[in-house]
Amino acid sequence: MNRRLLFLLPLATLALMAGFFAWSLLAGRDPASIGSVLVGRPAPRLEVKALRDGEPPLTDALLRTGKPTIVNFFASWCTPCLAEHPLFTRLATRDGAVIIGVAWKNKPPEAITWLKRLGDPYKFAGADLEGRTGLDWGLSGVPETYLVDGQGIVRRHFRGPITERDVNETILPFLKGAK
Amino acid sequence: MMRAAALLLLLALFAFPALAVEPSELLPDPALESRARDIGRSLRCVVCQNQSIDDSAAEVARDMRRAVRERLSAGDKDEQVFAYMVARYGDYVLLKPPFKAGTWVLWLGGPIVLIVAGGLLLIAARRRKPIPPPEPLDEEERHRLDHILRDAALRAAPQDEDFREKPHPEERPQDASRRVG
Repeated sequence: MNRRLLFLLPLATLALMAGFFAWSLLAGRDPASIGSVLVGRPAPRLEVKALRDGEPPLTDALLRTGKPTIVNFFASWCTPCLAEHPLFTRLATRDGAVIIGVAWKNKPPEAITWLKRLGDPYKFAGADLEGRTGLDWGLSGVPETYLVDGQGIVRRHFRGPITERDVNETILPFLKGAK
Repeated sequence: MMRAAALLLLLALFAFPALAVEPSELLPDPALESRARDIGRSLRCVVCQNQSIDDSAAEVARDMRRAVRERLSAGDKDEQVFAYMVARYGDYVLLKPPFKAGTWVLWLGGPIVLIVAGGLLLIAARRRKPIPPPEPLDEEERHRLDHILRDAALRAAPQDEDFREKPHPEERPQDASRRVG
């Protein structure tokens, strides 16, 4: 064996590490991401009482209408929710998206006041005061958003606020494409 | 002063990380509660990277602790409780990852590296030729060596009487009888 090849070993190790770091930086890898096991599976149970007075509680049937649905967990105390709110308003008004909002660990009067102030993009709104529904949906906090297709299969799970880019690259194509 | 320091040290020995489990969450049945603690210690809080749900004060961790206790009270086995959490949060929620297709590198990587590197080292050690023992000096060479060594020693410490009184066994000086002892 050529002994000189051994001298290349440290260099090769360095190249390997540099490659890994470059990939981590450039490919948008997020080591803090915990992923989601729900994607590709039927949406979890949606059994939550209505946020607004006089409306029937939300049920699974809302997720199996044949039309794609957006499920958004939010809270009035959550600042990133405030940031993403205009995007949902636009999705509801301009793009006609069906959005189900669930107020997570949020007292209904506070959530309702918040929605009155900012506009209410939710066709259906639920109140998950104790976070039980959130747990069933694998929620780690608010805001989180799920794209559910017409058959009730979760197609995408955003942890954290959605962005303009998410809307253009993922949500709008999903609304057009999903049956 | 010393006593205060000793007291502080003693107190530090008794400092344990505070659990985030609140008294109101506890189950009345101590056996179930202790199972809940065992499970809680091996479930990862999903918003705090590397903390168990028992250690975390996060909202989600509290919900998860409550869910664990609800499942146990409903008669679930420990494995069922873990399965319940994995179905919602994935393997991420387990502080000890399961052994399966995606994680075998994690589990076997260390031992494999050890075996491969150890094996290579062993092969390299076996292959190495032993160093041949030096050829013994012949009579003349030994003589010369003795001379060289003695001269060098004398040069280094010419005033050392004791040294001069310890001659080489093969070349006793004439006055060896003068030696003490």
